[in-house]
Amino acid sequence: MAEVKGPKGSPTIDMTPMVDLAFLLVTFFMLSANFRSDEPVVVDTPSSIAAEEIPKNIVLITIDKGGRVFYGFTAGEEARKNLLIKMAAKYKVKLSQDHLKKFSLLTSFGCDVHQLPQYLDLDPEARKKTTGSIPTDSTNNQLKDWINFGNIEGLAAGKIKFEEAADKDPEVEMNEFKPKFILKVDGKALYSHAKNVIETFRDLDLNNLNFVTSLEANGEK
Amino acid sequence: MADMGDSGGGQSGGKKRAKKGSTRVDMTPLVDLAFLLLTFFVLTSTFSKPKVMSLVYPAKPKPDQVVDAQAQKINNAITFLLSENKIFYYEGEYYSAGNPKGKPATQLKETDFGPSGVRKLLADKNKSVIIGKAKLKAELDSKKIQEHEYLDGLKELKKADEALKVLIKTDDKAICKNFIDLVDELRIHEIGVIAPVDLLASEYELIKAKTK
Repeated sequence: MAEVKGPKGSPTIDMTPMVDLAFLLVTFFMLSANFRSDEPVVVDTPSSIAAEEIPKNIVLITIDKGGRVFYGFTAGEEARKNLLIKMAAKYKVKLSQDHLKKFSLLTSFGCDVHQLPQYLDLDPEARKKTTGSIPTDSTNNQLKDWINFGNIEGLAAGKIKFEEAADKDPEVEMNEFKPKFILKVDGKALYSHAKNVIETFRDLDLNNLNFVTSLEANGEK
Repeated sequence: MADMGDSGGGQSGGKKRAKKGSTRVDMTPLVDLAFLLLTFFVLTSTFSKPKVMSLVYPAKPKPDQVVDAQAQKINNAITFLLSENKIFYYEGEYYSAGNPKGKPATQLKETDFGPSGVRKLLADKNKSVIIGKAKLKAELDSKKIQEHEYLDGLKELKKADEALKVLIKTDDKAICKNFIDLVDELRIHEIGVIAPVDLLASEYELIKAKTK
């Protein structure tokens, strides 16, 4: 009977399957991840049972705890540039090409349109520290113009997309490409703050609004 | 894969046996790196995409349009009034004290967001729609009706006279979370007509008296 001998080499573990697994997971998360977009404020949205996802072409109004109002527009860089050109023309704000470029990459912002050049000159971290808000009071309702021009630009951008899609599939409807109006409100904000913004929308005859909510955790209630 | 072994060493007569151990690649740093990346992506990715809840506000009357509040009489309505963390409601129309119709003045009732509060109230008041929906659903499941018929039927049910209509009024202290919670609750109970409207001054007085 031969004696059973243990293996001679060092007792290393074969890590190949582990590496395989780890990289598989890395790949999965890399592909499935959609990063948090850089927002000027953290907003804690209330939860609801709503299951609709946020559409692509939106005018997003963010209201934080203290009632500051932010404006975002996601119809694409070109549309954002056009929007700013219109706003600047209306409020007679002088902007450089560099400002336009920066604005076209901005997700959401909160400041008076007259301070926009200075705001755009700041770097993204410094912008978060500003305390501005988009004026919504009736004497100086800049939000109304932002929304109105956003709607016009959003419709134009949506129309181009719609025509492209209609070439491939004649059954698509224009409605899907129209800009939607989204309110992202902090749960702790006073409703009267939101109401100001809602009234602005209603003044423009835009009555179909959407509230951003997080998905209700199961068994929470 | 990484285990190359020394299979090629046997041909030269067994004299050149410089290396005895296996030529495995040490994979520990690779694993470290992989898990580091993994952790990074797990922590930064947002899985639950935020959802949206749509709400249609009543259109503002045109300036030249005369609003006749009495003309839009609502049969079966509840008005919810929100203030701070409290929620009040009354049923039917609002009657101030000493109104010409001789109806008793409206009293606010207080309720809460718990299961025995708003939820129970709505389930009771909106029974016709909830039962009707269950019937339609059963028909849909047994393939008696088509999907679009089901959706149309549901729409009809929600618009019917006996379906509950809800008005939401908020005072200056109401917070958004409560408003959205309430709309959410209304959605759960299949209420089709939800109208956020302005608070009357007399109602404000009633809330004030209640919250003191």
